[in-house]
Amino acid sequence: MNLVRAVASHRVLRPIISALGTLLGVAVFVFVMLRAIPGNQITAGLGTEAAALTPAQQAALEAYYGLDKPLVTQFFSWLGNIFTGNLGFSSRAQQSVLELTAQSLPVTLELAVFSIVLALLIGIPLGMLSASRPDSPRDAFGQAVGLMGLSIPSFLLATALLAILSATVRFNPNGQAFAYFSEDPLLNLQQMLLPSLVLGFGIAAPIMRTTRTAVLEVRGQDFIRTARAKGVGPRRLQVRHVLKNALVPIVTMTGLQFGYLLGGAVVVEQIFSLPGIGRQVLLGIQQKEYALVQSTVLLIALAFVVVNLLTDLLYRIIDPRVRAE
Amino acid sequence: MTEISESAPASLAGVQSGQRLRLLLKSRSGVAGLVLVGLLAILCVLAAFGLLPYDPLAQAPQQRLLPPSAAHWFGTDQFGRDVFSRVAAGVASSALIAVVAVAFATVVGTLAGVSAGFFRGVSDAVVSGVTNVLFAFPPLLLALSLASVFDRNWFTIAVAIAIVYVPIFIRVTRGPVLSLREIDFVRAAVSSGQRRAAIMFRHVLPNITSILIVQVTLSLSWAVLTEASLSFLGLGTPPPAPSLGSMIYEARTLVYIAPWTMVAPGVIVVLFVVGLNLLGDGLRDSLDPRNRGRK
Repeated sequence: MNLVRAVASHRVLRPIISALGTLLGVAVFVFVMLRAIPGNQITAGLGTEAAALTPAQQAALEAYYGLDKPLVTQFFSWLGNIFTGNLGFSSRAQQSVLELTAQSLPVTLELAVFSIVLALLIGIPLGMLSASRPDSPRDAFGQAVGLMGLSIPSFLLATALLAILSATVRFNPNGQAFAYFSEDPLLNLQQMLLPSLVLGFGIAAPIMRTTRTAVLEVRGQDFIRTARAKGVGPRRLQVRHVLKNALVPIVTMTGLQFGYLLGGAVVVEQIFSLPGIGRQVLLGIQQKEYALVQSTVLLIALAFVVVNLLTDLLYRIIDPRVRAE
Repeated sequence: MTEISESAPASLAGVQSGQRLRLLLKSRSGVAGLVLVGLLAILCVLAAFGLLPYDPLAQAPQQRLLPPSAAHWFGTDQFGRDVFSRVAAGVASSALIAVVAVAFATVVGTLAGVSAGFFRGVSDAVVSGVTNVLFAFPPLLLALSLASVFDRNWFTIAVAIAIVYVPIFIRVTRGPVLSLREIDFVRAAVSSGQRRAAIMFRHVLPNITSILIVQVTLSLSWAVLTEASLSFLGLGTPPPAPSLGSMIYEARTLVYIAPWTMVAPGVIVVLFVVGLNLLGDGLRDSLDPRNRGRK
């Protein structure tokens, strides 16, 4: 009992255990969603031919796929399969879901990293500019850019950019087949440019807002007044004293957005024909390959929980106030 | 992306409804948002009562891709349908989906969040567990997967979006309720022997209304964006029903010869979301006690 209590209050073990609990819940949720689809894997796989099955054939197929067993048994055998790396097979691609994901995940990761870097490059300076003089024209400018980032749907921005650029300067690298970075780095970077800009602009908005709020909060504190009184120059004050202390919420927001990007870039991947993980889900949905959809969604949720756990642990290590608790 | 409005558990001083409106009218962004949302609401009413200049579904092959004119304010599309009427009907349909989705998420999320914060114990553990699980999915992806499970019509789309937003309302209400239950007037009500459900509705809920109003407004803007994204991907209400997302998708190939087919729905969807965001920001500035008087 004492051990249980010690683990439950441990600063590193506690978030890990709660993340494991969440993952189990995620697996249950995905399993329930899989079962909620009208029909089952057999009818989904056979399409209209499923109607021609005799009851005996139906029963034989159900026994073959283990669908005649109780739901709990099915759940645990599915979970066991996942633990051994068997995430299912895509009959159209003739590849296992694991192989497909091994190809698509790096594309999404690359896109996510570029987008986050662009978002930070736009969002942090803009947030600091806004915070430097609240309620001034420059604040209004920063806030207006932020509002646009929040309000312009990524699909609209992407479609409009593609249309304008390919009509005026004939720049459409995404019209060609996708090149992996290892195959053709230059073409790959060109193909990543527009999608990262679109996503980066959207994510810059919450980062800009977080930066503005955090900087305003820090600026009002005593140690800033002390630093100013000591004669710290304005540039050094902004970077060493204000920004450094405002970083914790910015890091949290960046981690959150990065997690979303791992699965949330569906629309942009689709428009720019990037074979990422979001597009894998969308193709699965369009082609009714539910096993592919569910396994991929499960993997994305897993990645998201892990990223959040890492952000959480990182921040317990970085921030002395959280560490002390 | 999901943003959760910051709550102010420390000072939940009740604000009366009349005062709320007056505070909102003092905020510039609040007024701008109110005007934009009001104008779009008029479009919705016109569409709902069939007062649009043309039937949004009526095709007129002889009048394909006409530029904007006095007869067709926003021009016509590839089937000769009036773009203005289609945009108005699209706004009405996405408003309907967004309102139903957010209403569902508000009721379910608030009830769950308030009970979790108020009763603690097992209900809190269960509700927090479910919240963590739902938060583990990127919002658009969750909506996509849910939409693929159901038979698609406007109501199932609304339910899919609602499920994504339930955990946000749980998180936004649970925290403030945790601190409210320690405040004297709630404790007094508990010790005077009132039923716990009565305390929840009479004493706790009214004190988190401000937080809820702000969250509802901001959630509406994300719901409009999500619905538009789903219909852009072909997972929204099935055609020929007009929807802003699918209009923009169809305009992709027409944009060189008939730019108005993309500009009209594009500008309207941005104005819609900008209006709701401005209104939400205005409400947050004027209703959150921490922001009042601080600039």
